[in-house]
Amino acid sequence: MASGLRILVPVKRVIDYAIKPRINKAQTGVETTGVKHSLNPFDELSIEEAVRLRERKGPLKVENILALSAGGPKTPDVLRTAMAMGADRAFHIDVPDSADGGPEPLTIAKMLKGVVEKENINLVLLGKQAIDGDQGQTGQMLAGLLGWPQATQASKVEVKDEAGTVEITHEVDGGVETLRAKLPLVITTDLRLNEPRYASLPNIMKAKKKPLEKKTLADFGVEDTRRLKTLKVTEPPARTGGGKVEDVDGLVSKLKELGAL
Amino acid sequence: MSNPARRLITQSWSRRPQLQHGFFGKPQRLTRLLHARAKEYLQAHDPDLTDSQRTVREAVAKICANYPDEYWLRQEEKKEFPVELHRKLADDGWLGICIPPEFGGSGLGISEAAIMMQTLSESGGGMTAASSVHMNIFGLEPVVKFGTEEQKRRWLEPLVQGRERACFGVTEPNTGLDTLKLQSTARRDGNDYVLSGQKIWISTAQNAHKILILVRTTPLDQVSKPSQGLSLFYTDLDPSVVEITEIPKMGRAAVDTNSLFFDNWRVPATDMVGQENEGFKMILHGMNAERILIAAEALGLGYAAIRRAATYAGERHVFGRAIGQNQAIQHPLADSWMKLEAARLMIYHAARLYDEGYSSGEYANAAKYLGAEAAFQACERAVMVHGGMGYAKEYHVERYLREVLIPRIAPVSREMICNYIGERVLGLPKSY
Repeated sequence: MASGLRILVPVKRVIDYAIKPRINKAQTGVETTGVKHSLNPFDELSIEEAVRLRERKGPLKVENILALSAGGPKTPDVLRTAMAMGADRAFHIDVPDSADGGPEPLTIAKMLKGVVEKENINLVLLGKQAIDGDQGQTGQMLAGLLGWPQATQASKVEVKDEAGTVEITHEVDGGVETLRAKLPLVITTDLRLNEPRYASLPNIMKAKKKPLEKKTLADFGVEDTRRLKTLKVTEPPARTGGGKVEDVDGLVSKLKELGAL
Repeated sequence: MSNPARRLITQSWSRRPQLQHGFFGKPQRLTRLLHARAKEYLQAHDPDLTDSQRTVREAVAKICANYPDEYWLRQEEKKEFPVELHRKLADDGWLGICIPPEFGGSGLGISEAAIMMQTLSESGGGMTAASSVHMNIFGLEPVVKFGTEEQKRRWLEPLVQGRERACFGVTEPNTGLDTLKLQSTARRDGNDYVLSGQKIWISTAQNAHKILILVRTTPLDQVSKPSQGLSLFYTDLDPSVVEITEIPKMGRAAVDTNSLFFDNWRVPATDMVGQENEGFKMILHGMNAERILIAAEALGLGYAAIRRAATYAGERHVFGRAIGQNQAIQHPLADSWMKLEAARLMIYHAARLYDEGYSSGEYANAAKYLGAEAAFQACERAVMVHGGMGYAKEYHVERYLREVLIPRIAPVSREMICNYIGERVLGLPKSY
């Protein structure tokens, strides 16, 4: 069916993974102003995989890689990064910045469904979760809405033939599981899938010239309705120091004293 | 206290009450201030950065994160050139940041190159990281401006790709900053020039394949103007013809600095850049840019020192509280941050002017003066804040202090900068 791969890679701009988040004063979410942001690490993996599918020159040629992100005015930063890594074009879905993590997964999934249909996408590669909200729902919801097969938390993706058969390996408790599905398909990515590249300077320069279109949720017939209400966000209790024991015997007796043995 | 695990935890606190309460009995703040800009590793929040500067900063910071302070400490101990970093920067196209796109570069300006160099230095790599690529970033500007198409193709692409490393040979032991009195000579012989003389303070010569070298082709007493008669060559640096002797020095041991001796060194005439006898003008061309880059490198070290000092001052507890709570510790660091910021504004002001075509040197010189001084003070204070630990290599600030003297001395002394400002801006008589 598929003459080539038309890949959609949704990405998110999140607080950098190396920064320890702090709760905002209103206790509605984490503080985002003045904090370093970067491309969600799992989304980096999905961009990288899309680019590698192209470079591998498998049985199906990659026709186009579309990166997409919903967010405020700084969102184009991560889209430029995605294009510097190898995406061909990008959509910026303009959604106001908010302290509560932005639109809910279902809203995003509905919007992605609209994009898939309008742009004739046949493979969606998503990070398995964004490291800010850690919800991990969007990919699954999207597959459900589209009625497409899905393979979650992929650690290997292989296009087997021109008919669009794809084999996906993912890690399960006892080892690895290999799934086979046919395009169109939704795949979510896990850490061991690949090692994302650094954007090289020439590619950063090229990315500046790649098309970046600004769109709204309404363009895809979606409204930002909220079904969930965040009541309160608090920090975990501060870690206090542990106790010291002299030797193994001391440790054993302490553990017994605490009822752990 | 119903939870037994909690009891175990609180016991150790109750034995050391000074940890629970500050000096004046106030409860201790246990949460760290995590969003302090000066403490964040290679932060990119400076509100004045342009988009392309921020992009460069973030991309270079990602690479630098793989080369922490411990790497640089090890390189210094082993006296090994940071080939891995050089390779990575070359592979990702960073060495070509200022080289025109038609020769494999990206054609960005000094404003972007400066932030790249600042970031490399600020990562903790200091002058070691910066000097390992410095010459390759802007040193070949005379070739870009005055070389023939054939030369550019022959020289720029291998440089950008990191296949060839270059060094820069101007200074001589007997002439110092008095460049017009250079004593090394070249005389034409058939299709070659024959070079004889010596050069000093040639960084990276042990590891370089090429050298950009300035020598006298017409004796000083036969030229109409003293700035005439010097010629510029870019040629293979062959250690079997040129004697390269490393100079043991105070800091930056991983990147070598050398003295060069050569006698009857045959260099093909096709390796001459631009016109014969016009070399001095060509060398001058890149000097303002180099000053801006050196200033940015110094600045990076200054911020690295403040980062370490502020972090340490916040964590180190003496007399029951963080030493950084004492104003005698806190204020000098605050003062240094302000001075670094002031220097930063001058440096990027000079860079922007340079990119816009402004060719006079007062801002580039001022940037290098202010950047080096502010950074030196920051590094010195960082050592003092660390106390005895500051003298230990493990805490890295002593390495910063040794390296920050380089931009204070080179490529031009503070005094010569003051002379320049005195003469050109204040309109006072030349003092030397």
